[in-house]
Amino acid sequence: MEKGKGVLGSRKWAVEFTDNSSTRDILDPPGFTRASPDQDDSSLTRQKKDAEANWKSQKAWEVAQAPFKNLMMMGFMMWMAGNTVHLFSIGITFSALWQPLSALQGVGKVFEPYKDNKVDLLAPKLLYIALNLGGMLLGVWKLNSLGLLPTHASDWVSSLSPAHEVEFSGGGAALY
Amino acid sequence: MAMAIKLSLILLLCLSSLLAPSFSLFEDQVGLMDWHQRYIGKVKHAVFHTQKAGRKRVLVSTEENVIASLDLRRGEIFWRHVLGPNDVVDKIDIALGKYVITLSSEGSILRAWNLPDGQMVWESFLSGSKYSKALLTVPSNLKVDLDSPIFVYSGGCLHAISSIDGEYLWKKDFAIESSVDVHQLILSGGSDVVHAVGVTDSSQFDTYEIDVKNGGLLKHTSASFPGGVYGEILPVSGDRFVVLDASRSVVLLITVNNGATHLQQTHVSDLIHGSSENTVILPSKLSGIFSLRTDSCIVFVKVTDEGKLNVMEKVDKTVVVSDALALSEGEQAFALVQQGDSKIELSVRLVHDMSSNHLKETVKMDHERGFVHKIFINNYVRTDRSHGFRALIVMEDHSLLLLQQGEIVWTRDDGLASVIDVTTSELPVEKIGVSVAKVEHSLFEWLKGHMLKLKGTLMLATPDEVAAIQQIRLQSSQKNKMTRDHNGFRKLLILLTRAGKLYALHTGNGRVVWSTLLQSLRTTSQQQCAGLKLRQWQVPHHHALDNNPSVLVVGRCGLSLTSPSALSIVDAYTGKELQNLGPAEHSTVQVITLPFRDSTEQQLHLLIDADKRAHLYPTTPEAASIFQRESENVYWYSVESEAGILRGYGVKKTHSSEYSFEARNLWSIVFPAESEKIIATVTRKPNEVVHTQAKVIADEDVMYKYISKNMVFVATVSPKASGPIGSATPDESVLVVYLIDTVTGRILHRMTHLGSQGPVHAVLSENWVVYHYFNLRAHRYEMSVIEIYDQSRAENKDVLKLIVGKHNLTTPVSSYSRPEVTTKSQSYFFTHSVKAISVSSTAKGITSKHLLIGTIGDQVLALDKRFVDPRRSLNPTQAEKEEGLLPLTDALPIIPQSYVTHAFKVEGLRGIETIPAKLESTSLVFAYGVDLFYTRIAPSKTYDSLTEDFNYALLLLTIVALVIAIFVTWVLSERKDLQDKWR
Repeated sequence: MEKGKGVLGSRKWAVEFTDNSSTRDILDPPGFTRASPDQDDSSLTRQKKDAEANWKSQKAWEVAQAPFKNLMMMGFMMWMAGNTVHLFSIGITFSALWQPLSALQGVGKVFEPYKDNKVDLLAPKLLYIALNLGGMLLGVWKLNSLGLLPTHASDWVSSLSPAHEVEFSGGGAALY
Repeated sequence: MAMAIKLSLILLLCLSSLLAPSFSLFEDQVGLMDWHQRYIGKVKHAVFHTQKAGRKRVLVSTEENVIASLDLRRGEIFWRHVLGPNDVVDKIDIALGKYVITLSSEGSILRAWNLPDGQMVWESFLSGSKYSKALLTVPSNLKVDLDSPIFVYSGGCLHAISSIDGEYLWKKDFAIESSVDVHQLILSGGSDVVHAVGVTDSSQFDTYEIDVKNGGLLKHTSASFPGGVYGEILPVSGDRFVVLDASRSVVLLITVNNGATHLQQTHVSDLIHGSSENTVILPSKLSGIFSLRTDSCIVFVKVTDEGKLNVMEKVDKTVVVSDALALSEGEQAFALVQQGDSKIELSVRLVHDMSSNHLKETVKMDHERGFVHKIFINNYVRTDRSHGFRALIVMEDHSLLLLQQGEIVWTRDDGLASVIDVTTSELPVEKIGVSVAKVEHSLFEWLKGHMLKLKGTLMLATPDEVAAIQQIRLQSSQKNKMTRDHNGFRKLLILLTRAGKLYALHTGNGRVVWSTLLQSLRTTSQQQCAGLKLRQWQVPHHHALDNNPSVLVVGRCGLSLTSPSALSIVDAYTGKELQNLGPAEHSTVQVITLPFRDSTEQQLHLLIDADKRAHLYPTTPEAASIFQRESENVYWYSVESEAGILRGYGVKKTHSSEYSFEARNLWSIVFPAESEKIIATVTRKPNEVVHTQAKVIADEDVMYKYISKNMVFVATVSPKASGPIGSATPDESVLVVYLIDTVTGRILHRMTHLGSQGPVHAVLSENWVVYHYFNLRAHRYEMSVIEIYDQSRAENKDVLKLIVGKHNLTTPVSSYSRPEVTTKSQSYFFTHSVKAISVSSTAKGITSKHLLIGTIGDQVLALDKRFVDPRRSLNPTQAEKEEGLLPLTDALPIIPQSYVTHAFKVEGLRGIETIPAKLESTSLVFAYGVDLFYTRIAPSKTYDSLTEDFNYALLLLTIVALVIAIFVTWVLSERKDLQDKWR
């Protein structure tokens, strides 16, 4: 963010060393060719902007790829946690579900610094979203492997109360 | 998701309970939530032991076959022995001043018990040749040098047995010579002759004189009376006897004089002027006097030396007469009790001086105790050398009271030893609006209690304080309140006893809240009434909250099945008899509680009479209309054990009157009489709640339980094997068990156990039945389980369909749709023989179940249902282990810590009742027999509440400390921030 601002260049003051107004009564130092100042001012800024855009898009890709590392780490931790239900595995699973979710919520904010007319942010965003979704899928898969997803018939009928009986019958042996 | 989490939580619970399969109690927790009451039953005989200095006691034998030694000062039990249900105590006496002699089992077992501690000293089995009356005579001052013999007449023989070691001295068989029936054994003091007085063929009077030393017959006299005799011969004096003739209108006075027998007849009507129906000679032995009771009065008749009969006094027929008590110098005294309104009059008279009362006392008596049934008297010498008397009286409600100096010294509610039926009632809701002072007081008490507890936990308490803590725990006023509590632990246990008395006991400490002697069940001279069933009649829930709950008592007046029934409705809070519907015109052989209620929350009941007609109660038009609407789906069945038939009935459309209905026979199952005999039938408890119809098994698979309330378990054995164990060979005995649908009569399942026999004890709950029987081949008791599953629902396994609700699981089921069922069963050995089996019941049926087994040792054992799971296998898979399935073992484990009765015994255990508490984890258990025992059990631990001894003070302290810590750290952090900013 700081860097980006610097590049954008909101300068407060400047010292201009190339004084074009003065006559050339002093010879140029030997080996100095007055070629660069001839270049167009606008081309110079474009170049700058190009560099900036390049840098931005590079950065955006980097940001988009960041969840991948996360994903790997999560996977490793899940593998470590095992498939039994206890505090650790449940904590990891829920954080694995929560992290991508919160990341997806803030997807606009994450890519805001790299917003530029020239930079195409769609691809990194898509990658970012895909990776996060992948993380979430990993979480869900973990949840399932822990047996906490209602994917079996037993999960839907385990608290189904007994059906009502139409007939009633009572009685028994004679009382003595 | 929630469901899945719940599932996993339950799984967790199961796992945690797996680690500690039994729940046990610490020593200081005894009495916190349980209570135990010891009783003896209705006293038949009482012998006082007050001669020596020291503990004065009375020895009693009761109708519950208990012999006990009671403290005469307070009525507490010194010791007690409960003999088996078939070992009826005939006689009780004291020998040598240190042994209690009991004659039981129709005179075939003679035992001596040590008087101070009740240890058995010796036991003798007496064999006889025929059935006869059992008589016991313990001579007090025999002047023969023989080691203190006891004379017992039983089985047609006279036995002399040494009271020191129970050795046989001699035996005289009367049955060899004649078929005499000996009525009395008389041992006149100082002589060496036993007189046996009896009757042969109820027409010949016989006296035998038998040598005490060797049992030789010295003399035999006989005289015949053509009229025959009724009842017992009563000795009046040494050589005179009285007996009634067969017509009960003539008193025969028999005089035996030097080998000659002289008979003298006197008409009862000459003695009693007026009605003389149902005359009996009372068995009170008073020297020179006998007493006659007729329908109208009791007369005392003196036999003069010349053989004349003089009527001395006429008293009311409700008067109860005691035996004569020998005072000093040959004086005899006896007591009379006269019943008054809410008081009784006790008078003691001397036999030689009948004209005046030696002592007369009036005692106030609760009229709920009914009439006096028996009286035993005892004397003591006062400081002024005069005789004082104490009287032990047995009341109509079987309670035992000691009267002395015109006051009731102590009372024992021994009617509670014969509980017939149990139900419960909720207590009233607590009134809102408690005074502030009370709240402050209780808050203070509460805090104090918890501070003490805190001290206890931190080991800071002194021994006194430890005792105080225990006291607080035991006498927590919370548990004894007369209001409903949040957890549903406080209830009223309503007990119907054999005496026809209704008791309400508070579950907190077992105290009697009220008791009522039901007028409709009182036995009169015309008819004998007895209670049959106790049912909840009105349970106010929503509509009728201002009504008190009430119970229905169904009884029968008479001995046969066709006798008219007696019905009464009793308020459960006050014990008042609200309605007395009896004696109803119809008999009652079955009481069926219908699952319908009217607008005042009265439960509809169907009473089936001996003619198979159904009578509807309450008899209101509203109830009739409700029943009319539902009558198409109401069925009942009867089990005729003798005939070996099960019959099912429906209500006939045409009914004879508005409230009584004819039955139409729908089906019958006839068991072949030559091979099967019904020995047990069990149904589900009607108020049982089942949480779910699905059973989740390993790998998340589902099985659907066949849950039907209309299922009956029937066990039959081959007729040869219906006797006791050992009476049939394994090849002859076959046990067959059935599960039968009682609506259609369809046999759902039938299983045969070869080489097994009863007695069968079973319990049916949800979709399983567990039964206990004897395996003759293995020589061990076995327990089997059958679980029944509904195959017609097994297809409902598609998750998507279940999510969108496309399944037939909630559609009402009819027995006529004949659902396919499958069963699973398994058998295990079980060490104990069993008296009763029950199962824990909880409010919602979520908590796992415990079987409650009343063992032969009169204890209640809790056995986890998981031990009797037919899916147990030798090597369960990982998934099955996770499910909580135990590896199969051949025998069921008996874990000593899982006896719910811990150190107590519920003597003479007859039944175990379980009542759900409002708290789902907890089930209330009430076991009854001669003793009563109550406790709470939590089969899956109290997962839904904190334990009683949870330390709230510690929790509060922790919270306060945390709050202070938060505040302090906040101040510190603020200060640091400020410093940072100034830097």
